[in-house]
Amino acid sequence: MTLLDPTVTALLYLAAAVFFILALKGLNSPRTARRGNLIGAFGALVAVVTVFFSVRLDNIPWIVGAIAVGSGVAAPVARRVKMTQMPQLVALFNGVGGGAAALVALLELPHADDGWLRLAVVFTLLVGAVSFAGSAITFAKLQELMTTRPVVFPGLPAVMGAVLLAAVGAAVAVILGGSLAFALVLLLLGLLAGVLLVLPVGGADVPIVISLLNAFTGLAVAASGLVLGNVLLVVAGTLVGASGTILTRAMAAAMGRSVTGILFGAFKGNSTAGSTAVSDRPVRSSSAEDVAVLLGYAQRVIIVPGYGLAVAQGQHTAAELAQALEARGIRVDFAIHPVAGRMPGHMNVLLAEANVPYESLKEMGEINSEFRTADVALVVGANDVVNPAAKTSAGSPIYGMPILEVADARQVVFLKRSMRPGFAGIENDLMYEPQTTLLFGDAKDSLTKVLGAVKAL
Amino acid sequence: MDGISLLTITVLAVFVGFEVVSKVSSTLHTPLMSGANAIHGIILVGAIIVAGQATHPWVLAVALLAVVLATANLVGGFVVTDRMLEMFRGRTGKEGKPAPPGQDRAPTDASAREGGGSSR
Repeated sequence: MTLLDPTVTALLYLAAAVFFILALKGLNSPRTARRGNLIGAFGALVAVVTVFFSVRLDNIPWIVGAIAVGSGVAAPVARRVKMTQMPQLVALFNGVGGGAAALVALLELPHADDGWLRLAVVFTLLVGAVSFAGSAITFAKLQELMTTRPVVFPGLPAVMGAVLLAAVGAAVAVILGGSLAFALVLLLLGLLAGVLLVLPVGGADVPIVISLLNAFTGLAVAASGLVLGNVLLVVAGTLVGASGTILTRAMAAAMGRSVTGILFGAFKGNSTAGSTAVSDRPVRSSSAEDVAVLLGYAQRVIIVPGYGLAVAQGQHTAAELAQALEARGIRVDFAIHPVAGRMPGHMNVLLAEANVPYESLKEMGEINSEFRTADVALVVGANDVVNPAAKTSAGSPIYGMPILEVADARQVVFLKRSMRPGFAGIENDLMYEPQTTLLFGDAKDSLTKVLGAVKAL
Repeated sequence: MDGISLLTITVLAVFVGFEVVSKVSSTLHTPLMSGANAIHGIILVGAIIVAGQATHPWVLAVALLAVVLATANLVGGFVVTDRMLEMFRGRTGKEGKPAPPGQDRAPTDASAREGGGSSR
């Protein structure tokens, strides 16, 4: 078989890299996003076909078989997964990508004949392994195969320190001598470090870890591109590294916390374990019928969906309620906090799946000034993201976190399971304000009752 | 390719990445994450090269494992991102089947959506 000219190969890889950039650029607007993703997939196809015609390859039947197995496993899973399980799936795909990068680097080690190349090998091995193991633990936490609480044991920081020190030692040995045995040790240490990194992270912070690991895998792929001298891998990996970094920072900012605080908070004993403290101040609780009257005779309603709604899988009911209210001529919007749901932007996907029209999904910056024109703010399964303490009490753990200004609405209705505080473990004074009404119960049950009562008005 | 050229490309790619990604609306952050996820599945190219040059059975076995993992990452990532983005077009299809878009409402929706998506 005649191989492609190296220039043609380079141009095809360049085209694939441009397609990847266009794929990300398409996400600027929902109108172009899907087309962008298809362009990205086409770019991947171009690259994979190119590799078969640009390098002399043996074992082609085996390779094609492995590709068939990989697609055969992943495509049905990707088609069938529930939207609520998206964070797990992203963690899973992220982990296997990191694992693949680490394996590629391991096998390339014998061909890496200078110190710089071996440095890239070492980086890919370590970061890929951390990403693989970290993603596996993240997956287990999200799928609730293990506890979602932070797992800490005495001496964890010391163990982590020892692992990292040993990893540096093994890395130096690999860089200097190219020893395969030390590379395997490094791989194992990377896996251990990944486990130790994610274990102490609490359930609510796991989404941030996913985006951080996403950035890690991107960097590992970029480094493997340096090892193989493949520009496409370098560009694609770097793009992903950049997007993961931006998302991680955006997420952390939206939670009013620092990335290091999330990763190492549990080490210092101030994790987001939550609290069960309950105050005995009086609150105004109410029936579904009363809430329905409040909503049904309003002119403008803003629904604030939170984590609790996603957990109760009540997004379809919330969408139906919005439709029922709109049928009565009421303007209904959804105010979405950046950390609503279980990963960045997750709530938008859940509501889009429930056929909420895209223009009703408002970002925080867009909707905050509109609460003062709203008759009712309906808060479903959210707490910390609407807690005024983030603005007013400087000592509060969520102080500085941007919140949705529901307190500006004429009436505030909380649908809550109980008076238990949110993840931050602090009380929400808004619940004791005179304009606030509470309806206790599972988010989905409450919404169903309110929906029935609204229809009966 | 020599080291300096690769370094140049890497640095430029960092800037392109930050530039492009920082413009993505927070509404689409989940598809962004899964789309970026799919893109790093391109490590498949590296896995194929390694597998194609393997001479020892053990090396081949490990390389083929890498091919399987990378393909799962690549194919699964693009498929699931497509499924999500399809829902953002406001249609009722849930299983990612490419049904023709509803011509009656698509144009108005699209303009309204663009207004919502770009405001950040």
